Amino acid sequence: MLTKVLPLAAEGEEVNPLLPHTAEIIFGFVFLVLLAIAFAKVVVPKFEKAYADRTAAIEGGMNEAKQAQAEAKAALEKYNAQLAEARQEAAKIREDAREQGAQIIAEMREQANAEAERIVTHARTQIDAERAQAVASLRSEVGHMATTLAGRIVGESLEDEARQRRTVERFLSELEASESARQAVGTDG
Amino acid sequence: MIAGVSTEFTPPGPESFDLPPIINGVDWFTKPVLVAALTVVVIVWFFWSASRKAEVVPSKLQFAGELGYNFVRNSIARDAIGSQEYMKYVPYLCGLFFFILLNNVAATVPLVQFPTFSHVGWAYVAAVMSWVIYNAVGIRKHGVWGYFKHQTMPAGVPGWLMPLMIPIEFISNILVRPISLSLRLFANMFAGHILLLVFVLGGEYMVFEAGSIGLAGVGILTFLMGFAIAGLELFVQAIQAYIFVVLTAQYIGSAIAEDH
Repeated sequence: MLTKVLPLAAEGEEVNPLLPHTAEIIFGFVFLVLLAIAFAKVVVPKFEKAYADRTAAIEGGMNEAKQAQAEAKAALEKYNAQLAEARQEAAKIREDAREQGAQIIAEMREQANAEAERIVTHARTQIDAERAQAVASLRSEVGHMATTLAGRIVGESLEDEARQRRTVERFLSELEASESARQAVGTDG
Repeated sequence: MIAGVSTEFTPPGPESFDLPPIINGVDWFTKPVLVAALTVVVIVWFFWSASRKAEVVPSKLQFAGELGYNFVRNSIARDAIGSQEYMKYVPYLCGLFFFILLNNVAATVPLVQFPTFSHVGWAYVAAVMSWVIYNAVGIRKHGVWGYFKHQTMPAGVPGWLMPLMIPIEFISNILVRPISLSLRLFANMFAGHILLLVFVLGGEYMVFEAGSIGLAGVGILTFLMGFAIAGLELFVQAIQAYIFVVLTAQYIGSAIAEDH
């Protein structure tokens, strides 16, 4: 059967469609190999490179975004830290001011107290001095008046000034002594 | 058969595919060879210009090229072979797919109108190349004996079934695959073309030569039917290119798979 159909190029023979032409087998092989080589050498590497570049570009963009995000986060943390620091500092300053104020008030009070004391002391010494002065002047005046009065009453002029003065002094001293004794008794009683 | 028939209608047959050489005396230079050579030029030109300046942001041409390339690379090769080893086979599968697709579709292109793969030699050579490739990569991966076991002894089959399974698996996985692969493509193209010839030539005959008004009307309908058939054929042509390459990819995938 094969021998009968094989020479299909012969004129007038029945054509068997299942028998191939040799030329077509050769060309088919050559064409397919050519196409495979063309794809392997040119098309596939070029396209794959473009794909790899595309992937890299997308990944690069994503990495960039990630980096920017990290930077923003770091900045935020920094600002937050700075803010907390500033707050702490403000609190410290307030505390210091309060302390300082209290100190100033205490100082002022002390100063005022000292001043008041000084004024009081001054006044007291002045009063003492004035009193002493008044006592001294009173003493001489009272003595003089008493002498004059006594002279008038007695009717005789007490000429001896020195004696007069001594007498008055003695009298006043006694008076004072009795006074202070009475006072001591009074405070005791 | 009908009165008034001037010449007898000779239905198209296998001899309709026996085209004379384009140049007298150069027997090998036939229409299929010319068409196939033109498709090779078109494919190489198109993908070369699409990928020549491949950029991150593609041009329109690059986008179109990537569309076709991605279809074979992702939908056929990667799905069938697996994402580990598929890249090795992408060039062959791309070349195979676009070669079959363009030669099939050429059968619908005016002035060409002849399916290259209706000449069985083209289908044989494509199928044998696929057969050699998947067996070779299987043997390289598993060794001769290991590959034989891999293809003929499915995992999980009890031992007493093996005398039955081994011949069946051997015939279906090793012997029949190249035949079914080539004949499926060839027969579809052959039958589609002969169907078109019947409708077109028959319609033409009835309109112009049958010499009867009724038959002329039927002839016009037949002729119109031929257009519908041509539309269907366009679909079949694309599907057959897809099936051929998907099966090749699956054979490769199953040959290098770790386990059945």
